Amino acid sequence: MTPGFFRTAWIVARKDLVVEARSRELVYTTVFFAVAVVLIFSFSFVVDAKPLTDAAAGILWVALAFSGTLALGRTFERERQSETLKALLLAPVDRSALYLGKLIGMLAIMSMVVAVVVPLVVVLFRVSLDGVFWHLLALLVTGGLGFAGVGTLFGAMLNRSQSRDVLLPVVLYPLTVPVMIAGVSGTAALLTAEPNLPRAEVWLSMLVLFDAVFLTLALWVFDAVMAE
Amino acid sequence: MGQTRLVAALLLFGAALFAASPFVIDAAPYESTMGLIQRIFYYHVPAAIVMFASAFVCGIASAIYLANRSPRADRVAIAAAELVVLFGIIVLVTGPLWARKAWGVWWEWGDVRLVTSLVLWLIFVAYMMLRRFAGPGSDVLAAAVGVFGMANVPFVYWSVNVWRTLHPKTTVVRTLAPEMLIPFYWCFAAFVCLYIALLLLRVRLEKSRNELEAVYAEIED
Repeated sequence: MTPGFFRTAWIVARKDLVVEARSRELVYTTVFFAVAVVLIFSFSFVVDAKPLTDAAAGILWVALAFSGTLALGRTFERERQSETLKALLLAPVDRSALYLGKLIGMLAIMSMVVAVVVPLVVVLFRVSLDGVFWHLLALLVTGGLGFAGVGTLFGAMLNRSQSRDVLLPVVLYPLTVPVMIAGVSGTAALLTAEPNLPRAEVWLSMLVLFDAVFLTLALWVFDAVMAE
Repeated sequence: MGQTRLVAALLLFGAALFAASPFVIDAAPYESTMGLIQRIFYYHVPAAIVMFASAFVCGIASAIYLANRSPRADRVAIAAAELVVLFGIIVLVTGPLWARKAWGVWWEWGDVRLVTSLVLWLIFVAYMMLRRFAGPGSDVLAAAVGVFGMANVPFVYWSVNVWRTLHPKTTVVRTLAPEMLIPFYWCFAAFVCLYIALLLLRVRLEKSRNELEAVYAEIED
């Protein structure tokens, strides 16, 4: 008996999470990398011992994008080492469900990064989350979903390609420009002395639309591409 | 050989239009505020329109290729993607040249068309890099980039448009006098002829290449 769509996705995601819970390799390396990125940017954007205004939002999203790319590369590297992705694709289940499962695993890693990087940015850049926390969380969830949604598709497809490490960001960054603009601008509207909630909501609605369109496309493309 | 004649005719016609275009542009009225630099417009805008159209050609061809693996759709997609990059270079060189004179800066982040063109150009450069360096299976990968690149255009345009309202706005008066429309359509026709001729030639080149590869493969077997 083959499991249903969401059940399959959950099994794949749980497998990733169990592997991760045992080694903790991805979480440790990715979170530490994100922290290092934030520090490097802090040295560039703190002038006369004072953080530049609006720098916090940009640094937060750049750290997320960079560490997300690293995690994507690594998670599919793991699948390639023993050809397990091929084995997964041979399983008599819906291929879109495999994509969804990998995406859930990816989002779990990225939420760990967010949980560390957001407080770090708040402390280092002296911003306040009073009254904007839920808006920021919504931006991070929708933005992360858009980024990881496109990234998981191309990470999976690049799995067996040459120069995959460099090609993933080369492809992923231009394609996720709308996510970066919306994420950074929405966050910048929140992390100021006078937060502009309606402005953040405009960006949030764009991210929701982006997610809807690109996740649908990714599900279709994944199914079409992984057919052989 | 019908297609060869068509390509030759398009090339000849396009070349003739291009050769005559300086005279046609010269005959157009002098734009008083921007002066001579306004005339870049007659090359810049047609190149930009052709670039965006080509991105859609590539996106649609890529979607067809993903759906039914038609080799012909793949050849059209690769040809169109290369032409996006080619015409994109024209757009991205002439745009800043004009902006330097008209706005006083080489690059204006507030202009939505300029930024959208750059992002679109980058996506198709990534497409070409995939085809060149990704090895086996790069055709489907690139097709996915083509589809995603096409779907990205409205999002990039919309997000840059909202984003720029944070910045000082630049107002460009683009109300064209009827005398200016003649050279515009003239150059537009030249660019479209050139585009179609190049697209057909490139598709044919790719077809010959595929056939050659098939022959080589046969010899080795």
